[in-house]
Amino acid sequence: MSPNRPDPGVKDQVIRWFHQRFPIDEVVEFAKKKRVPQYHGGIWYYFGGVTLFLFIIQVLTGILLLFYYRTGTEQAYESVQFLMTNVRFGWLIRSIHSWSANLMVLSAFIHMFSVYFTRAYRKPRELTWLTGVGLLVLTMAFGFSGYLLPWNELAYFATKVGTDIVGTVPLIGEFLLHLLRGGANVTGATLSRFFGFHVALFPGLFTVILAAHLLFVQVQGMSKPIGAEAEEEVGSIPFFPNFVLRDLLLWLIVLNILALLAVFFPWELGEKADLFAPAPAGIKPEWYFMFMFQTLKLLPAHILGIEGETFGVLGFALAGILWTLVPFLDRKSHKGRRPRVITYIGILVVMYILAMTIIGYLLT
Amino acid sequence: MRHLTFLPIVLMIIAGPGIAQEGSVNNCAECHSLMGAPYDSLVQAQQSDVHARSDITCTDCHGGDPTVMDMEAAKGPETGFLGKPEPGEIPGLCGECHADPTYMRQYDPGLSTDQLTQYWTSTHGILLKEGDSKVAQCASCHGAHGVESVKLPGSRVYPLNVPKTCNECHGDQEYMASYEIPTDQYQEYSRSVHGKALLQESDTGAPACNDCHGNHGAQPPGLESISQVCGTCHVNNQNLFEESLHQPIFDQMGIPECEVCHGNHEVKAPTDEMIGTGTESVCLQCHVEGDAGYRMAAKMSASIDSIKTVHDSAQVMIQEAARKSMETSDLRYELRNVRQRLIRTRTMIHSFDLTRIEDVEQEGLSTGREIIQEAKALISEYYYRRRGLGIFTLIITGLAIVLYLKIRQIERNQPDDDKNNSK
Repeated sequence: MSPNRPDPGVKDQVIRWFHQRFPIDEVVEFAKKKRVPQYHGGIWYYFGGVTLFLFIIQVLTGILLLFYYRTGTEQAYESVQFLMTNVRFGWLIRSIHSWSANLMVLSAFIHMFSVYFTRAYRKPRELTWLTGVGLLVLTMAFGFSGYLLPWNELAYFATKVGTDIVGTVPLIGEFLLHLLRGGANVTGATLSRFFGFHVALFPGLFTVILAAHLLFVQVQGMSKPIGAEAEEEVGSIPFFPNFVLRDLLLWLIVLNILALLAVFFPWELGEKADLFAPAPAGIKPEWYFMFMFQTLKLLPAHILGIEGETFGVLGFALAGILWTLVPFLDRKSHKGRRPRVITYIGILVVMYILAMTIIGYLLT
Repeated sequence: MRHLTFLPIVLMIIAGPGIAQEGSVNNCAECHSLMGAPYDSLVQAQQSDVHARSDITCTDCHGGDPTVMDMEAAKGPETGFLGKPEPGEIPGLCGECHADPTYMRQYDPGLSTDQLTQYWTSTHGILLKEGDSKVAQCASCHGAHGVESVKLPGSRVYPLNVPKTCNECHGDQEYMASYEIPTDQYQEYSRSVHGKALLQESDTGAPACNDCHGNHGAQPPGLESISQVCGTCHVNNQNLFEESLHQPIFDQMGIPECEVCHGNHEVKAPTDEMIGTGTESVCLQCHVEGDAGYRMAAKMSASIDSIKTVHDSAQVMIQEAARKSMETSDLRYELRNVRQRLIRTRTMIHSFDLTRIEDVEQEGLSTGREIIQEAKALISEYYYRRRGLGIFTLIITGLAIVLYLKIRQIERNQPDDDKNNSK
């Protein structure tokens, strides 16, 4: 160090210390240079961020719930009841956790369909799409497993029906059913299992896939509409601070909506599950499973010589696989063309999901 | 009579070779089933009843030799043929087996064998011994052929069927005329709380005739034993009544206990109006305005009313809190305790001891008031939450506005090529 130069400040020293161990300035440089395309469809970019924000809320409120939640058929319902009545702000934490879960699923669906319709999955972002589909499936699995944890009547019977459907999968259905339930029936073993899935297995998997998803987004940048690369019509804004601040603004709005929902429509606990009671009326799955549930209900007993329910489950599995593989099936988008058939299929799928969900709620 | 001599031969020809074989199981049934009414239906009923299932056949009650086809030989003196037993013979006949513990043990070790002894102590048995053949004996209630186990719903003495079976005789004015007792017990019973539970709701836990009068030893309960009879089920009420000041007075006056207020066959579901000084009060049957009993009746009624009022107020407050989406399951559980205290207060009325009644009442009032306070606190909490939400929303909205202005400021100050860079 030259005697003429002034001593570096503490801030510089810390940065230098850190830099010697991690190239932090490269990350800062990357953030400074990173730009986000801006065009009329740019609003859809924000739903990924909203989903991420809701996931963070889920993690934070989930940890708080874990301080009081106890698994087991004799304790689960009682511990949630205690949390809601005797723990300060316990009602709010549970209500936010439940509402945030539902909004997260909704936001993830919007994010997925916006990516689909803008063909943002096209080369070179196939891996981003695949990890995204994985995250959506895990989000729904989070919802399914979390629904049972308060061990109330509706959740118990909905889980019974839901896992019954898994049991209709040919060849491996019985195995999957036992794997999920921890036995032939929905019991305390199922509750323990779902608790393990919900707080250990799924969060671990989700974090790894989410990290990969975010990494792919950063490496590839956000996609532009088809044809924009060539025509250079699309403008852009700096990622930092413009996009980040806009993201933050939307997060604040979502937080406000979440608080309003949690206070005005607190998530009810219902009655404790009774394994020997007959199934109550109005058993229905969470809304995001309704379109599948309703389809299976409407199918005839036998189709093409196999059971209607099995046919439906296989149909959904095939549709899911095709949907996941769409970046590889849609060859035209890679070449900068906009295949109409993909748009029509997407519209059909959205309409089908909406129609079946509405019918499902009207009929129950 | 001469044509009857040829009957076995005719029957043998009609029935074919099976009947004619020596040593066939039961020739009584074979012949009697072909003799038309009423014999055929009697044979049919017997062949599937509880006795037939234990290989007890015609000859075990009627005597005779079932192995021979000839009617004269089958009913000969050496066969011990009894024919149709007279009513007076039936208890003894049934008792030959049913009063023999050693014999009965092989069929059901838990079955009692004192029915015959009990029967001779009953009004039915006493009259039968005196030569009255109209009174009920074993077959009158259980049936003679087609007897079923009392545990099976098909039995004439299965709990749900007992009132109708007793009513076959006791409801028949002509048949009962010589005994000079009422014949409307069944109608009264059908309107009672017990009768509705048994006959309409098929609640076999509700008492039928035999539960109060006894079955084999049936007697009208005496004055002194009425509270014992009712106390078989209503244990607390009986104990409290026996400790009460009413017990010795009722005994002294020679009036029945429970029955005075509640009636006998037509026991109505008790109401709170039965206590007090209103028009439906049973206390006023004996007490008049101004006496100590009248004043006590008013106080007992007030105790029930006060706990009911607190219970209803607590219920309304819980509903109000629940409508505001507050978690009220703990309070609903606690409310059951108030309800329980209300029931206990009603039971405690039978002690006619104001101190004991008020003790229970106070427990209920205290719990009820706590519930009301907690429900009020929940309703306050609801408004507190809404105020909190209002403040939170204002802060977040303010932050969002500041952020929005900041974004606009940043973007206004950014060079054009930086904020909207065309590549």
